[in-house]
Amino acid sequence: MRPTRTDLTQQSTRGGIGASTLRPDGGLKVTGEFAYASDLWHEDMLWGHTLRSPHAHARIVSLDTAEALATPGVHAVLTHADLPAATRYGLEVQDAPVLADGVVRHHGEPVALVAADHPETARRAAAKIKAVYEQLPVVTDEKSATAPGAPLLHPARADKHAPHVPHPNVVHCQPVVRGDVEAARARAHAVVTGDYEVGMQDQAFLGPESGLAVPAEDGGVDLYIATQWLHADLRQIAPVLGLPEDKVRMTLSGVGGAFGGREDLSMQAHACLLALRTGRPVKMVYNRFESFFGHVHRHPARLHYEHGADRDGGLLFVRCRIVLDGGAYTSSSPSVVGNAASLAVGPYACDNVDVEALALYTNNPPCGAMRGFGAVQACFAYEAQMDRLAAELGLDPVEFRRRNAVSQGSVMPTGQVIDAPAPVAELLRRVKALPLPPERQWETAGGSADLRALPGGVSNTSHGEGVVRGVGYAVGIKNVGFSEGFDDYSTARVRLESVAGEPVATVRTAMAEVGQGGVTVHAQIARTELGVAEVTLQPADTRMGSAGSTSASRQTYVTGGAIKAACEAVRERVLELGRAKFGTYHPAWATAELLLEGGKIVTDGGEVLAGLADVLDGEEPVEAERVWRHRPTEPFDLRSGQGQGHVQYSFAAHRAVVEVDTELGLVKVVELACAQDVGKALNPLSVVGQIHGATTQGLGLAVMEEIAVDPATGLVRNPSFTDYLIPTVLDTPAMPVDILELADAHAPYGLRGVGEAPTLSATPAVVAAVRQATGLPLRRVPLRPEHLTGTDVPA
Amino acid sequence: MDFLRPARWEEALAAKAEHPAAVPIAGGTDVMVEINFDHRRPSHLLDLTRVTELYTWQDAGDRVRLGAAVPYARVIERLAGELPGLALAARTVGSPQIRNRGSVGGNLGAASPAGDSHPALLAAGAEVEAESVRGTRLIPVEEFYTGVKRNALAPDELIRAVHVRKATGPQQFSKVGTRNAMVIAVCAFALALHPDTRTVRTGIGSAAPTPVRARTAEDFLNAALAEARCWDTGAPVPPAVAAEFARLASAACRPIDDVRGSAAYRRHAVGVMARRTLAWAWEQHTTGEGTARCA
Repeated sequence: MRPTRTDLTQQSTRGGIGASTLRPDGGLKVTGEFAYASDLWHEDMLWGHTLRSPHAHARIVSLDTAEALATPGVHAVLTHADLPAATRYGLEVQDAPVLADGVVRHHGEPVALVAADHPETARRAAAKIKAVYEQLPVVTDEKSATAPGAPLLHPARADKHAPHVPHPNVVHCQPVVRGDVEAARARAHAVVTGDYEVGMQDQAFLGPESGLAVPAEDGGVDLYIATQWLHADLRQIAPVLGLPEDKVRMTLSGVGGAFGGREDLSMQAHACLLALRTGRPVKMVYNRFESFFGHVHRHPARLHYEHGADRDGGLLFVRCRIVLDGGAYTSSSPSVVGNAASLAVGPYACDNVDVEALALYTNNPPCGAMRGFGAVQACFAYEAQMDRLAAELGLDPVEFRRRNAVSQGSVMPTGQVIDAPAPVAELLRRVKALPLPPERQWETAGGSADLRALPGGVSNTSHGEGVVRGVGYAVGIKNVGFSEGFDDYSTARVRLESVAGEPVATVRTAMAEVGQGGVTVHAQIARTELGVAEVTLQPADTRMGSAGSTSASRQTYVTGGAIKAACEAVRERVLELGRAKFGTYHPAWATAELLLEGGKIVTDGGEVLAGLADVLDGEEPVEAERVWRHRPTEPFDLRSGQGQGHVQYSFAAHRAVVEVDTELGLVKVVELACAQDVGKALNPLSVVGQIHGATTQGLGLAVMEEIAVDPATGLVRNPSFTDYLIPTVLDTPAMPVDILELADAHAPYGLRGVGEAPTLSATPAVVAAVRQATGLPLRRVPLRPEHLTGTDVPA
Repeated sequence: MDFLRPARWEEALAAKAEHPAAVPIAGGTDVMVEINFDHRRPSHLLDLTRVTELYTWQDAGDRVRLGAAVPYARVIERLAGELPGLALAARTVGSPQIRNRGSVGGNLGAASPAGDSHPALLAAGAEVEAESVRGTRLIPVEEFYTGVKRNALAPDELIRAVHVRKATGPQQFSKVGTRNAMVIAVCAFALALHPDTRTVRTGIGSAAPTPVRARTAEDFLNAALAEARCWDTGAPVPPAVAAEFARLASAACRPIDDVRGSAAYRRHAVGVMARRTLAWAWEQHTTGEGTARCA
């Protein structure tokens, strides 16, 4: 029977973009059957272990590995002296030692490696390495890092930022200057000034760092690894091994979350070094304790802001200084600085801006990429300021924000014009218009209290006593994709063939699936573009060209764009084949616009010309590879911060409703409603999942998540899930989500990167709500009960 | 590390006598964490999971004799009537998985000041049944905690059971953590009314080197309730009495500043919990109704 047009449309949309197709790995993950990198196994493999520094800053006086090496079962012990080639690596600046080179600069820095036939043997042998340290003074904040005579972390630095920084312990410094702040300040009706602080958040991905390195007969190595960007790892690993890149073959293994924490190398080079040294496969898996030392964290920040407005609530000027703690090595600090500086004012139109953002080198743990990437810290501060300024003006905080919100055509402080929809005011309107959850939800019909609805939960700290509700709002702006002139591209290969009479598409990229859902949307794109039901995604490895990083909310956009482009090329070729085979049977082959839908070639009028399988039958598979780039960006001017620095902006707004036990200082977030513009929801279910995840991570920063570092010693005090707390289901509120789809004409399908923007606004919204409940200024996150009860340790 | 697996209690005692450094293990929720992190490397592990009597409890008149390995989940399900304070405390322990394995005996063996059972045991009144090949003794729980993670057991002794007084009045337990579930106590407070003796007993967790009773606060409250004839009349506890009780409970703390909380906060929070738990328990006592439910 000949299918009608309606049938075809339904078929073509099944599993295509806009459908909430389910994750192919979802069932396996829920049932515990999914193979993560920590499940890797190889016959005859050895286990690697890392000896780490117990000090934040020390000279290594001596390192005696004899006893460790003599331990039965131990196959190799490596120190800096054993490295065969490059001894340093890094994402932006190659300053991180593969193994400490005579000095350790942070707590937990890798000093030596052991490979043994049992993980416990490796661990015990590592403990037998006699490392003698001479402790050095530590720098742990701006004051100590820039004091006269302060120890320099990298005295011989020669990176591209060295010439323009005010002090050698400053990684990078980026001003953004626009208009005339002094003049604006003189005519301001209201001015508010505040100092804010953001603690060190951890990505806390659940699958710890892990991988398996297998030495190959050609002298190379095969590395199976959980990472965020195979090719960036490869670029750093190969020089360390002294091998050409084609002898280091990397395959993505099951990744248990990333959130930026897998952008830098962890055990990749270490496992390969041990494998090449021993000639045996080497597996390395960090435990949770080690994981806290094995990856970079979110930059803690101190922020000073001054905002001024006119009598009518127009934002006149913003002046701010953002100091990020980059820790001991560069990681991605320069890019984080660029984000913090360029997004420092938030999604508000303001003609007079004087921003300075910088990152420090200190002896604290290295900090780098984490969801929100420099925009999170700024958002916490500017949203607190917007609330205070509204209060100063006697304006409703949402109304004040809406009055100053950017929109399409607004000019950012960098001079960049927002040339896509920017519905900031509308997002705020939407979250505010949502009905509020009922008051006193803990009260049950029987007159008793449901503890689960109260601060403290089943710990039974309140039955309603001292509990005050607060409501707070926040909105944020995040860039999508890599910025500041970075050549940000992805590569995709798509094949279409007839298999047993059915058209089947195969998509191959080197994209790291870290849980974000690329495996879902990338297949959806192929279904939509090629009109096929069956799409196979091939595993990601470095035999394929780079897909770029799974970060910066970019994979749907950039690798999605590459897949779309490759599909278009395949489609053209298929249509050529069709014309050659069947063109003489119907004039529409030559005259109509042709589409691939429902496994058929159809005209734009809906007439079926041929089955795809018929066209492909007996032919070689049709295959195309495309490298795809988003539109270029440019660096920010080092003095003015002006420049077309970003690809795309994304926006989310939150309303937080909290119940605060004002006597005990405990917080229950009751609801965190979010409205976000996603341009086009390629997979609405995944979009909601991203928003829920980002919102929860923002909540975590607001009320509990912090790596505590002793300011006197630089030592990490809570490297465990016992004391680094992440939200449980009882801490996770109802999260209604309102999705806007205003297309960005520059992006594939009009889509907008989704995964980060809600991380920004969730934190300040929760804190604003707690401020409303308590009347306290609350200038630091995460909030602690001490801050709400005046019982903090005196500084 | 040797792994000893006695099938019967007597064998366990003999093994412990032979290897006094052997670390007993049942649920493993504390011991395995310490071993996995290499904080502890005992010469012997003494696995008690085959000694099934440790997983049982008996009604012993005015007490419950609770086997050392009875998991928290059983305490919550089966003993909330007789031991309401302990059941409330058990509910706040870890996750469901931990509550299925962890036990009061383990909490006592570890003797962490942050153990959730301790305040409830102190408030209810309890004795630890310690046994060795030399014999059995009952140690009042107040005397059991001798220091941070230290207890009164002799090297050859094992905990066989804990004898907990059955509730004769309302009991409450309150614990502050910095998240709403699955959290180690920043501090905790338990309170039990004993109408039979017209006394109130308390227990404080995580706010001193060991779990402690707030004895001065108890003495003050007992005297004040007697003086105001509250037990006779069922009148509410006068606010000034509740406030002074809370102040004295705070004063009973000897807390430290650590990564989980400040000493000042712990003192403050114990005072708040003392006032609230007293109000809840007294209301239950006078009205016969509970004021909270968990599920």
